Amino acid sequence: MKPFLAAFFVLMNLMPAPAPAAEPEGEWHMAARDYGNTRFSPLSEITPANLPKLSLAFTFSTGVLRGHEAAPVVADNTMFIVTPYPNLVYALDLTKPGAPQKWKFDPKPAASSQGVACCDVVNRGVVYADGKVFFNTLDMNTIALDAKTGKELWRTKLGSIEKGETMTMAPIVVKGKVLVGNSGGELGVRGWLTALDAATGKIAWRAWSTGPDKDVLIGPAFKPFYAQDRGKDLGTRSWPGDGWKIGGGTVWGFLTYDPETDLVYYGTGNPGPWNPEQRPGDNKWTSGIFARKPDTGEAVWYYQWSPHDLHDYDGVNENVLVEIPVQGKQRKVILHPDRNGYLYVLDRASGQVLSATPYAAITTSTRVDLQTGRLVYNPEKDPTAGKTVRDICPASSGAKDWQPSSWSPRTKLLYLPMQNICQDAQTFETSYISGTPYVGASIEQYPGPGGHRGEFAAWDPVARKKIWSIRENFPVWSGALATAGDVVFYGTMDGWFKGLDAKSGKLLWQYKAGSGIIGQPVSYRGPDGKQYIAVLAGIGGWAGTIVSGEIDPRDGTGANGMVNLTRDLPKYTAKGGMLYVFALP
Amino acid sequence: MFSRSRKCMLVALLALAGAAQAEERLLRVCADPDNLPYSNADGAGFENKIAELVAQDLHAKLAYDWWPQRRGFVRRTLGAGMCDVLIGVPADFERVSTTRPYYRSSYVFVTRAGESVPGFADPAIRQRRIGVQLIGNDMAATPAGHALARAGATANVTGFTIFGDGPAAQRMVDEVDGGGIDAALVWGPQAGYFAARAHKPLSVSIARPPAGTPEPFEFSVALGVKRGNKALLAELDGVLERRQRDIDAILAAYHVPRTDAAGEGR
Repeated sequence: MKPFLAAFFVLMNLMPAPAPAAEPEGEWHMAARDYGNTRFSPLSEITPANLPKLSLAFTFSTGVLRGHEAAPVVADNTMFIVTPYPNLVYALDLTKPGAPQKWKFDPKPAASSQGVACCDVVNRGVVYADGKVFFNTLDMNTIALDAKTGKELWRTKLGSIEKGETMTMAPIVVKGKVLVGNSGGELGVRGWLTALDAATGKIAWRAWSTGPDKDVLIGPAFKPFYAQDRGKDLGTRSWPGDGWKIGGGTVWGFLTYDPETDLVYYGTGNPGPWNPEQRPGDNKWTSGIFARKPDTGEAVWYYQWSPHDLHDYDGVNENVLVEIPVQGKQRKVILHPDRNGYLYVLDRASGQVLSATPYAAITTSTRVDLQTGRLVYNPEKDPTAGKTVRDICPASSGAKDWQPSSWSPRTKLLYLPMQNICQDAQTFETSYISGTPYVGASIEQYPGPGGHRGEFAAWDPVARKKIWSIRENFPVWSGALATAGDVVFYGTMDGWFKGLDAKSGKLLWQYKAGSGIIGQPVSYRGPDGKQYIAVLAGIGGWAGTIVSGEIDPRDGTGANGMVNLTRDLPKYTAKGGMLYVFALP
Repeated sequence: MFSRSRKCMLVALLALAGAAQAEERLLRVCADPDNLPYSNADGAGFENKIAELVAQDLHAKLAYDWWPQRRGFVRRTLGAGMCDVLIGVPADFERVSTTRPYYRSSYVFVTRAGESVPGFADPAIRQRRIGVQLIGNDMAATPAGHALARAGATANVTGFTIFGDGPAAQRMVDEVDGGGIDAALVWGPQAGYFAARAHKPLSVSIARPPAGTPEPFEFSVALGVKRGNKALLAELDGVLERRQRDIDAILAAYHVPRTDAAGEGR
């Protein structure tokens, strides 16, 4: 070897490992497709002109009946699907007609984990990286499989279902680390984000959402934008006593990574399991957003969407990376549609709130103060024991829940699947759990202004308004998909899969699936060179558990008040997990 | 000939089976397999004993369907037709039809014997280390938990969640016993049972709610059946009327604090 070549290789070895190259444009490696969570497919074969001809290409039954929230993942001419509990993973061979099963993996999760999960036993997807498939099981295992064979490479147990913990989120892989978070905030679970070595499954770091700075991985690098987030051990001092030890702040939403700032962004869940009066203080670091370095987990900034959350507004909704002009200047920002009803525009590097605009009917707060960054609550809608509070908007499920939006860099619009739900915290009724009688608020949710329960809207973050909006009978609990052909897709709980003109919102195509759709649509290029659109049907989730969990529709307070809202859903759809894949003929 | 005898045998067998069926009435009870002092799979809880008593009185065979008493318990048990009776439910529980109540208890303070019992009206309650059960439903707390918050007692309060090693009530009483907290605010039947098993002598005192508290501290407990099952309800009311003294004896053996006449009078 010539000396200069050898030197070159030494140099190569010394250089930090590059961020994995963007995947081929025809593939879909993680639930949100890209680190920026845009869910934008660069494929453009399907356009408004030919969309009406879109046809069913093939289907696949998962054999599982609960709510299917996962995104199908496509890599190496193979599609990977994870089902709700029992978390079966299927690999389908896209090179063969009808995409036959290549392999199936059964992780055999503990049956008891089903009774622990709060809101159906969902799973939001696998992630593919470097020939491996990573996913979480409801009973707290992260598992790595060989993508070619389905053979288990490692499994790491990350917590205990006996403590009320579960996992439902879709991991991402950043710089050789698998990032995963936990669920179960209502049950006294303390939230965390954990990084696992993708090669071995060994835990690299864990960042808690509550507790002393050393647990939260807050150190010298931590520079939050607002004064209220600065100070020592706020993760204990913004709680009474030891409340933080069971304080919630679980991490069950989608994760975002920005290679430019080298920061991972994610939201934390609501504080729990206390009644709000029993936890005076901001209850940090719940219902907010962290920016962390993926190598070490160190926190760089944090912002709290809902300080001292009163309404079960988890802060876990997606954070979408875009570049837009703000006051005439092009900025690299995060778009975040929160459960509390505001669409936030944050600076990626500093966490400064550049704007926070209502995108739904809001009665629980009046505005976000851009000087202090604080949400200004409306005290009339505070839940108070012994008092009936009406017209709480948005309801606990938020203006939008977990169901992810999609951003098109072509139309510069954010496509939002939404709810339109308000709730009354009614007169109290006697309840009984684990041998303990108590008087619970009986929450009843109902359609918000206009009388419809769902909406699919195109939001212009520069003009800060809806460009178009479609009313839906049921909450839109599926993800959104935008493509370079300027079409967008979403599914409805009564089983329609819809394709629209991305610019006008005009409905151009729809297909009736066998069960309601709460999954995340994706797009890929098949081995035959054609563009495909794929989505899982299978009703369930919090909003659909009246069907998948067979809840008695006479009890309107079931599923935390959601049953009152969706009690007619069983008339429209039945359960059953099925993959639908579409292409042009 | 052969065929006729077979037919006769069949008729005889069917008659026998019918008779057996008439005698073998089943009382199907849904219960938590691991929730003492109420019930466990070994039949060691007081609700197990009451289930046996009711079955015996009705000349029925007792059969259990086990399910943890968590979110969805009623839906997955009575609601799913897995059983006919729940042994212990609050008497005004709207999810089921309830019989006449067979006992009434209250939230209580468990303290170490000889130490003062906290009172909600006394500001000193804020300094006491107090344990409270956490429900885990949005905005929900035990009535005693709501009263604590209203009395300003937050900083020294420890929450015990439904999930953990053993029942929350047991963990709370153990902490009082071991000196980790000063008082536990516990639902009476659990408090009486676990306090009686502590190493140190503990006292169980009825917690009196502060004036104007909207949530009751006391609850009456009844048997529950599926909504609208009036025939079974009437039968069970009859059993309770006939066997109240036997039930009182079972409850007394498990140290259930009572706030009804039976508890105070007998």
